[in-house]
Amino acid sequence: MFKWNKIGKVFDPSEHETPEWMNGFAQAPSVIKFDNFVRVYFSCRPKPDSNGQYVSYSAYVDLNRNNLLEIVDICKEPILELGKLGTFDEFGTYPASVIRDKEKYIVYYGGWTRCESVPFNVAIGIGISDDEGKTFKKLGDGPILSYSPHEPFILSGPKIRKFNDVWYLYYIAGRKWILDSGKPEPVYKIRMATSVDGIKWHKHNRDLIADSIEENEAQASPDVIFMNEQYHMFFCYRYSTNYRGHANGYRIGYAYSDDLENWTRDDSRVGIDVSEEGWDSEMISYPHVFELDGDIYMFYLGNGVGKYGFGLAKLEL
Amino acid sequence: MKMKWIKRGKLFDPTLYSLANGCKEFAQSPQTIVFDDFVRIYFSTRKKDEITGKYLSFIAYIDVDKDLKTILNSSTQDIIPLGELGTFDEHGIFPINLLKDGNKILAYTCGWNRRVSVSVETSIGLAISDDDGVTFKKYGSGPIMSSSLHEPVLVGDAFVQKYDSIYHMWYIFGTKWMAATEIEPEARVYKIAHATSVDGIEWKKEEGIQIISDKLNENECQALPTVVKINQRYHMFFCFREATDFRKNAARSYKLGYAYSDDLKNWTRDDENSGITISPDGFDSEMMCYPHLFEMDSKFYLLYNGNEFGKYGFGMAELEQ
Repeated sequence: MFKWNKIGKVFDPSEHETPEWMNGFAQAPSVIKFDNFVRVYFSCRPKPDSNGQYVSYSAYVDLNRNNLLEIVDICKEPILELGKLGTFDEFGTYPASVIRDKEKYIVYYGGWTRCESVPFNVAIGIGISDDEGKTFKKLGDGPILSYSPHEPFILSGPKIRKFNDVWYLYYIAGRKWILDSGKPEPVYKIRMATSVDGIKWHKHNRDLIADSIEENEAQASPDVIFMNEQYHMFFCYRYSTNYRGHANGYRIGYAYSDDLENWTRDDSRVGIDVSEEGWDSEMISYPHVFELDGDIYMFYLGNGVGKYGFGLAKLEL
Repeated sequence: MKMKWIKRGKLFDPTLYSLANGCKEFAQSPQTIVFDDFVRIYFSTRKKDEITGKYLSFIAYIDVDKDLKTILNSSTQDIIPLGELGTFDEHGIFPINLLKDGNKILAYTCGWNRRVSVSVETSIGLAISDDDGVTFKKYGSGPIMSSSLHEPVLVGDAFVQKYDSIYHMWYIFGTKWMAATEIEPEARVYKIAHATSVDGIEWKKEEGIQIISDKLNENECQALPTVVKINQRYHMFFCFREATDFRKNAARSYKLGYAYSDDLKNWTRDDENSGITISPDGFDSEMMCYPHLFEMDSKFYLLYNGNEFGKYGFGMAELEQ
C-alpha cells in the first residue's frame, strides 16, 4: 500500500503572466531532472476559436530542485510546432513525454487531427532537441506509431522509458467510439511497444491492464517507474460516459510487474484519491511518478483534467 | 521498346445495372481475378450519404466471360462493409486490389476517412476471402499500412504481386497538402512508392522514396500503379495529373503513365512508349485513369477509366504481341 501526502497545486497557467498560446490548462505533466531544477513538461491551450475548438501545445516550467513549489522559469515558446496542413498533428501536440538518452533529448507526443464523423484522431510523433529539451525538431511530418489492424485509432498518451537497453513505449490505443446521446465518446486501453533504437517499434498488440469498473472503461497515462526491485505503473481510468464530473470522472489506478509486460492491477494499493474539496475534489488523473534526491513524488491533474493546472504529492516512505 | 495496345472500347457502364447498396453511378478502378471460366472484375461504385450528401464508395464486381465482352452477372450483396465509427475506411473503399494466394483471395483496400481541415485521409486495409472473392472478412478494424514519419499523409492505392515468394506492394503516399485558393479547395500531392513483405500482412516500406520520376513538375500527382511481368521485364502503368484544376480542365487531368524495370528496384519512366493515349472522341477522349494490367491465357489486357473519373464505367485494351 502506497501512501501519498498531497502537497498542493504547483502550476496553473492562468495564475501567471503567460503567452497567448499558454492561456490555460496544464495537462499530462512529466519531468526531466537537471542539476538545479526539475523541468516539468505539460500541455496547454490558447483560448478556443469561434467554434469553441481548442488546439494544444506542449510546454514546460522549471521548478527549483530543492523546492518543487517554486517556479524558476516558464518556457517562452512551445516545445513543438503544430503540424502542416492535413498532417496528423495539425491541431495539437499533446501529451508529451521526454527522455534524456546520453546527450540527446527525445520527445514522443500525441498529434491531433480533426475528423468529420468523430471529433478527433491521434497518432504518436517524435522530435529531437538540440537545446537540452527547450525545443524539439520533428524527425518527419508523419507519425512514428500510428493506426494498425488491432489499434485502429487514437494512439496517444505516450510514456517513453528505457530499461536494460530496451526502449519501452507505453501508450493508449482506441478500441471503439460509442455514441452517448448521439455524441461520440472514445474508449481506449493501455498498450505497449518495444524498440531497440527508439525509432522502429514493435507493438505488443494486447491490453496490459484489466478493466475494473466496466468493459468500456477508458484508461490513460500509463506511467511506469522501477523501484524496490519491481516495476510499478500508475495510470488513470474513467467511465465511458458522463465522465466530466465527480461520479464517473478519472481516478488513479495502480499495477505492478516483474517483466514490464505482464501487469497485475491492484487499485487498492494506489494510496491516492480525490480530495473532499478543492482543486482535485472531482477527479484525479494523468499521474507521473518520479524519484528526486531520495524521495518519490507524483505530479497529477485535478478537476477538469488539468484545466486548472497540476499538483504534487509525495510518497510517505 | 514501344508497346502497342488495341482499344476494345467501353466494357461496363454501371448506369445500365442495379448494384448493391443502391449505387447507380461510377465504376472506378477495375481490378480482376481470373478464374477458369470467367473473369471477376471488381470496382468502386458510389452512392450519396443520406446525412451529409457526400459520396460513399463501395466495392462491387461483375463476372465477365473470357471474351471480355459478355457480362454474365453482377454482385448483388455488400462485398466488404465500410468501417465502423471513427475507423479508417468509414467513408469509402476505393480502390481495391485482389491477389489470389493459395486458396484465399487477399484484398488490399484503400479506406477513406473524412477530415476537417482537408477533405480526407486514406490508409491501406486488408480483407481476406475464403469463398473465391464473393465476401471478405477484414483483418482487424484498422489499416495494415498508414502514414508514417516520411509518408505523412494519404497512403493508398495498393497493388500487390508475389514474385519469388516475396510480396511486393506498389502504392502511393501523400507528400503534402497545398492550401486552398479562391477557386480551389486544398489540393493533395502524391507519389508512387514500394514496400515488401514475407506474409502479405506486415510490410516494410522504403519510407518516403518516390520510385517513379515526375514528368510534369514536382507537384505531379501519381496514382494507381499496376504491374505486370512480360518475359523478363516488369511493366508499370499508373495515372498522373496536375495537382490543381484537373477536374474540369482536360489538359491538366489524368493521363496514363508508363515505366519499366528489370530488377523491381529501378524504374525507367517511358510514357512515350506506353502505346496508348486518349481517343479523339468517345468515353476516353479527355481523361484516362485507374489502369489495371492483367494476364489471361497468355494475353495481356489493360482495364482503365475514361472521362469523369469513371462515372460511366470502364474500358479495355489488349496488348498486341
